[in-house]
Amino acid sequence: MPLSPVRTALANGATLLAKQTSTTPAVAINLAVRAGSASDPAGRPGLTWLLSRVLDRGTASRSAADIAEELDSRGITLTITVTRHLFSLVCTCLADDVAPVLALLGDILRSPSFPDEEIATRKREVITAIRQDEDNPAVRASETLMTLLYPDGHPYGRRTKGSIEIVEGLTREELVRHHAERFAPGELTAVIVGDVDPSRARDLVERLFADWQKPAPPALPLSPPAVARSRRRIVVPMMNKAQADLAYGFVTIRRRDPDYHACWLMNNVFGQYSIGGRLGDTIRERQGMAYYVSSALDANVAEGPLAIRAGVSPANVDRAIASIDQEIIAIVTDGVTPKELDDSRRYLVGSIPRALETNAAIANFLQTEEFFDLGLDYDERLPDLLGAVTRDQVNAAARRLLDVDRASIVVAGPYSDAGASPRT
Amino acid sequence: MRRTTLDNGLTVLIQEEHTAPLASVWCWYRVGSKDERPGITGVSHWCEHMNFKGTENIPRDQVKGLIEQYGGSWNGYTWIDQTTYLETATRDALDRMLFIEAERMARCLYHPDDCESERTVIISELQGGENDPDQLLDQELTATAFKAHTYRHPTIGWLSDLQTMTRDDLYGYYRRYYVPNNATLVIVGDVDTDEALSRADHHFRAIQPGPDPTRIRTAEPEQTGERRLTIRKEGTTGYLKVGYHAPAVEDRDFYPQLALDAVLTGAKGLNLWSSFRVPAPQRSARLYRALVERGLASAVYGALMPTAEPFLYTVSVTATAQTPLASVESALLEELDHVCREGITPAELAKAKAQLRARLVFDSDSVTNIAHQLGYFETIASVDTFVEAPSRIAAVTADQVGEAARRLLVPSNRTVGYFDPIPVA
Repeated sequence: MPLSPVRTALANGATLLAKQTSTTPAVAINLAVRAGSASDPAGRPGLTWLLSRVLDRGTASRSAADIAEELDSRGITLTITVTRHLFSLVCTCLADDVAPVLALLGDILRSPSFPDEEIATRKREVITAIRQDEDNPAVRASETLMTLLYPDGHPYGRRTKGSIEIVEGLTREELVRHHAERFAPGELTAVIVGDVDPSRARDLVERLFADWQKPAPPALPLSPPAVARSRRRIVVPMMNKAQADLAYGFVTIRRRDPDYHACWLMNNVFGQYSIGGRLGDTIRERQGMAYYVSSALDANVAEGPLAIRAGVSPANVDRAIASIDQEIIAIVTDGVTPKELDDSRRYLVGSIPRALETNAAIANFLQTEEFFDLGLDYDERLPDLLGAVTRDQVNAAARRLLDVDRASIVVAGPYSDAGASPRT
Repeated sequence: MRRTTLDNGLTVLIQEEHTAPLASVWCWYRVGSKDERPGITGVSHWCEHMNFKGTENIPRDQVKGLIEQYGGSWNGYTWIDQTTYLETATRDALDRMLFIEAERMARCLYHPDDCESERTVIISELQGGENDPDQLLDQELTATAFKAHTYRHPTIGWLSDLQTMTRDDLYGYYRRYYVPNNATLVIVGDVDTDEALSRADHHFRAIQPGPDPTRIRTAEPEQTGERRLTIRKEGTTGYLKVGYHAPAVEDRDFYPQLALDAVLTGAKGLNLWSSFRVPAPQRSARLYRALVERGLASAVYGALMPTAEPFLYTVSVTATAQTPLASVESALLEELDHVCREGITPAELAKAKAQLRARLVFDSDSVTNIAHQLGYFETIASVDTFVEAPSRIAAVTADQVGEAARRLLVPSNRTVGYFDPIPVA
């Protein structure tokens, strides 16, 4: 059954997507503002992340305790997420509560008060989280890979939480200014999915946002990432750990790239299908080297990464990297088989109803659809888009995205860097 | 929901849900790490891994794709009381899913090469877990809080057992516990109950029942004094965990204790499979205010799991930088003493119940989650326990919560664990 969401564009530029479902007497609300971590000012990575910790801790008319009580008394967990391009307020509430909850979220989004004591408390939390990340090999491997792939201060290479030094120095004025500059109605997409009539959802959203007038923020500069010219390998020694984490990757494509669906299918065969695709077959199933191994394609506004991740015993790090190399060479040289392509295609098409089963999942899907301008009927067209991809296109995608001689590789864990010189 | 028992003892639970063209099938076994003796700890979980590696009628190289061709997902997990397997896919895969589960129950291969290859995968899983200080502390706290009951050892097993267990250990264990009279099959989704039952009967009826598996009878003796442990290891962050022996799901104190946890740290609901994905609503909860709002901690989490036998209620705290764990502990214990002395207010009880009601709705948002709940409760107690949960929650009184707090949160029932980091060299 097609999603067929109801889309409303408000005069001030805000957008609403509503979809009624009746699975449970609940509603998923997802308010996304195009103000992710890529909008951090120069030299201030982590500002948006701190903003996300403080935004919901007081408004012009509500104290932090008022907000806590309103959420908790309804059993609601408000989650604020920050990706490279989106700042999102996400929650699920009972259908009976949708009006007061939307009113609360609207107030938080438009009129945060940034109390000084809340900023101090949330800074301590963020600093603790950064210290936890520093002791986490999987996070260290992934973050280091991103700095390798996106050097020179590119927004995709920066740590979303920033550094302890920067977070300590962030001021209330910076938070206020950033919110004033970046949060505007034209940047907002409200998605409401669940047991609520779309026209009622529209009335509620109009009531909250129709009088919000603010100019659009200046466009964000987003330069194309540098192109890797050689193979690079970095070791992050963490000798207090039991297992090493690998991150191995490339800069790939934009989400709007015409080859996106071919790249998606290629990545599914290579590192996703069943349990980790070809990578899972060889590294986990046949060699028993890792509990987890897979690859993820994250095409974005700018050219996003394809990252292969694995957790392996320190003794197996070199063998695991060699196996990834071999799998890349194999798929680049020989391509995928017709059966592999059919299997992955059938899986991805068949999984659409499951992927769109819950309100929260539908809301996410609709946000992506709106953000990348994929069209309101993208869920309906998706089977045909995947169906039209040929084996030649998938093989071309492998040649385009993967190249062992331009791979960026990070090992974080109890591993010596004796073998870390560049491959010759 | 219809509950049926086949002639061979297999319990079948079927619930129709016609909101999406999907079906979810779970097969549950009453076997988990509490059934393991020293020498074979981790065997339940290792068997779970082996039960994805081909059967007499599903060649090893054809496992992959069986469910994927219906767009489906599959998985499994093992914990202290249970081992379970699931597939969720489009409804036309129902017969395929039932076939897979029948094969898994009776005809897995345990090829020696596969057993060896999986040994290193599981050791890698264990080492990955040890990378996380919080998980390491959890394992050590549990092993300290229990001295006799088999809930004491981690589900992943102890390393030496994983290094030495044999294929015969694994296969023998599989044959003892994977019998229809020790299992529950759950089907939820866009199906017709009569037809689904007939297909289940078709696939499972030929599987012979086995002797009822023997159980380890050791009960945990009452704890007579506080226990403490400290892990000193390189790291960046301090963690505190406090555990109390807690009521089993059928105990009269379970629901009052669940409400108490909601008052202390926010309601988590009852779904082990989905509830960890969404954090608890906890900004006004007592321990959040006492620890996080005062800057002593960056996170606090309470956990009371429904279990077959008395397990633990644990409170886990992440200390903020430069905050001594002793300060976190004293603030935490002060709050717990306070709730023992004064009980909870009617407003707190009303909020706890509202949260638990909402979580029960949120945790039933997919055929997969609904099927999990039916099978989970049938395996650890009975499905009626789950069906009755809303009324049991509604019936909890503030006095019962106060009494439960005074019975449980006493020092002699407590184990305190520190992960006290040594600066990384």
